Amino acid sequence: MTNPVFERIQSDITENPVFLYMKGNAMFPQCGFSARVVQILTHLGVPFKTANVLEDAELREGIKQFSNWPTVPQLYIKGEFIGGCDIVTEMFQSGELASTLAEKGIPHEASA
Amino acid sequence: MAMSANEIEALIRVAVPDARVTIEDLAGDGDHYAATVVSESFRGKSRVQQHQIVYAALRGRVGGDLHALALQTSAPEPGAPA
Repeated sequence: MTNPVFERIQSDITENPVFLYMKGNAMFPQCGFSARVVQILTHLGVPFKTANVLEDAELREGIKQFSNWPTVPQLYIKGEFIGGCDIVTEMFQSGELASTLAEKGIPHEASA
Repeated sequence: MAMSANEIEALIRVAVPDARVTIEDLAGDGDHYAATVVSESFRGKSRVQQHQIVYAALRGRVGGDLHALALQTSAPEPGAPA
């Protein structure tokens, strides 16, 4: 934990049950992959917070190292790294994302 | 900087020799690919771990040279041809 950005990431993902590192924000995603994850979370009615890596070069590099993951978006649920757009999409389609949220006690609308 | 599908497949095979790799060039620009990687070595690993193995095999190219690599990984289904 030498990188100061890591401390910030750690507190973001600890204090917020669902946290998304993305390009742009939930209202105006600036990348199709980020937009898709926002869409899925919104569809599930999950409250979530976001950080825009495009506004912060240190965070953009830091989050890649922190998660050992080369791309953004990155979704965290209860401090656990869930994955990027591909994994989140796959988990949404299989219903696994809804059950993960339920297991972790995060309120959401039952998926269709 | 683009990468060829063959190059991607070769790098994945170095790290995951038994991998069945299917690569589709999504936009025809050598920069947006979808890859499916199936390997026995993925069994018992989480999806995040499986993807990390593939990203590591591509040695930092994903997110850099390769703008987009949509990835699907899995262990072979029991009974499927190897």
